[in-house]
Amino acid sequence: MKILVCISHVPDTTSKINFVNGDSEFDTNGVQFVINPNDEFGLTRAIWFKEQQGANVTVVNVGGADAEATLRKALAIGADEAIRINANPTDGMFVAKQLADVVKNGGFDLVIAGKESLDYNGGMVPGMMAAMLGFNFVNACVGIDVNGNDAKVTREIDGGKEIVSASLPLIIGGQKGLVEEKDLRIPNMRGIMMARTKALTLVEPTGDASATKAVKFEKPAAKSAVKLVSADNLDELISLLHNEAKVI
Amino acid sequence: MSILIYAESAEGKIKKVAFELASYAKKVAASMGTTVTAVTINNSDNSALAAYGVDKVLNVSNDKLNNFSAKAYADVIAQAAKKEGTQIVLVSSSTDSLYLAPLVAVALEAGYASNVVALPESTSPFQVKRTAFSNKAFNITEISTPVKVLGIAKNSFGLVENAAAMTEESFAPSLNDADFGIKVENVEKVTGKVTIADAEIVVSAGRGMKGPENWGMIEELASVLGAATACSKPVSDIGWRPHSEHVGQTGKPVASNLYIAVGISGAIQHIAGINSSKVKVVINTDPEAPFFKVADYGVVGDAFTVVPQLIEKLKAFKASNS
Repeated sequence: MKILVCISHVPDTTSKINFVNGDSEFDTNGVQFVINPNDEFGLTRAIWFKEQQGANVTVVNVGGADAEATLRKALAIGADEAIRINANPTDGMFVAKQLADVVKNGGFDLVIAGKESLDYNGGMVPGMMAAMLGFNFVNACVGIDVNGNDAKVTREIDGGKEIVSASLPLIIGGQKGLVEEKDLRIPNMRGIMMARTKALTLVEPTGDASATKAVKFEKPAAKSAVKLVSADNLDELISLLHNEAKVI
Repeated sequence: MSILIYAESAEGKIKKVAFELASYAKKVAASMGTTVTAVTINNSDNSALAAYGVDKVLNVSNDKLNNFSAKAYADVIAQAAKKEGTQIVLVSSSTDSLYLAPLVAVALEAGYASNVVALPESTSPFQVKRTAFSNKAFNITEISTPVKVLGIAKNSFGLVENAAAMTEESFAPSLNDADFGIKVENVEKVTGKVTIADAEIVVSAGRGMKGPENWGMIEELASVLGAATACSKPVSDIGWRPHSEHVGQTGKPVASNLYIAVGISGAIQHIAGINSSKVKVVINTDPEAPFFKVADYGVVGDAFTVVPQLIEKLKAFKASNS
């Protein structure tokens, strides 16, 4: 089984979010970048398929040279090879188109992407890629098993779970649940050394299929101070929620 | 030309998120001098949509669509959009709509903006405001394609009644086998319990509860309020509560009217996930807990004494208000 894991290079979840150039660009100054958490759960599951079922795992990113450190981390965790599509990931449609080309040319059986990235939260790349390729697609996956050409996938639904079956090739939008938090791996020295010699192929983008453009960013308005209610006077809290906030 | 909404239904009823879409669509349609069309799937009574300004319903009835299939549903919506000559398609932020929206966008060669939180900033060029960086920022997105797909964030616009003389017609899109490549084997759905996605009120608790055996009071508080229960990431990681309850940046997002956090300190990732809630209440022993900086109301106190008292007082309040 050939697996492709799509990796977004995103600010660490603890990052302070600021903007520069007239609020048109994210301020990367002092920001630590990581593998997008939704992608990391998928990557870890892919490594499990490699170790248990002999799968071959390729990781891919659409981004600039700065994303290579993130791809090297994925290699250190256990991916076999990496591809970087040398382009600024301007919009979901554009990224999906670049990735669809990689899938088509690489003959992948299973493509795992995070259901959304934690920077732009577009939540569209895996679905668009599937629609462009005509592949089966399951979103918000919290579990996957593959037996030969058949996959059994669990997806989250509002208020529960749904178990579906599909044949490969398949694209999934993954999240926590594909593996647990405790299963995530920290690269060890041997992995880091081996990652240095693994192939990282540079591919130039094709076309310009962007459909949207982020023109400006805003930070939420400053919040007014919390109203403290004494623990001995919870009637006041109920009154505030009822009369002032009007939520109960 | 009209604006198309996908009106989701469950158990024979149009869902509330669909009324919010209709309210939003009506407002945009009025500014553009057009009408609102809703597409519904296997739902016989669509009359409730009229109150929110829907001018026309395209009612699809097909046994093949009894189970949700993102590809087939997306196909239905895309064909409805083509039939109506729609330039704007609106979907909700339900799990199913988030699943099908990118498929609709590709089928219509449309730009798609998700998590939209306000009416368009302008319609020419077409710009909308959406959340980004996990609710830590907003982003104005410009969509340059002739057809646009918008995912409207839950609870961001609200319901606006605006009665329309609604007409209804049946619509039979053509479906093919490729639409049903994903077979539903089993659905495990909690019944009789409010889900985090649909809840108006969410009661959430963290490590301050000291152990899973103490969740009884959290469930009781939720039950008194008709709320869903949720938890912080550490609590789901150590297995006190199921992952399905984990809310935050890497868990489920919450956009309820009221969010009550009990014994949750308020890590930046947690706040990011729940910040779209309208009113936030924190109950914590530590007055320095970061949650107090983002909350509207706060109680400094021990959950083990505050929560039981709050339950009793809420019961009395509910009794006197019913």
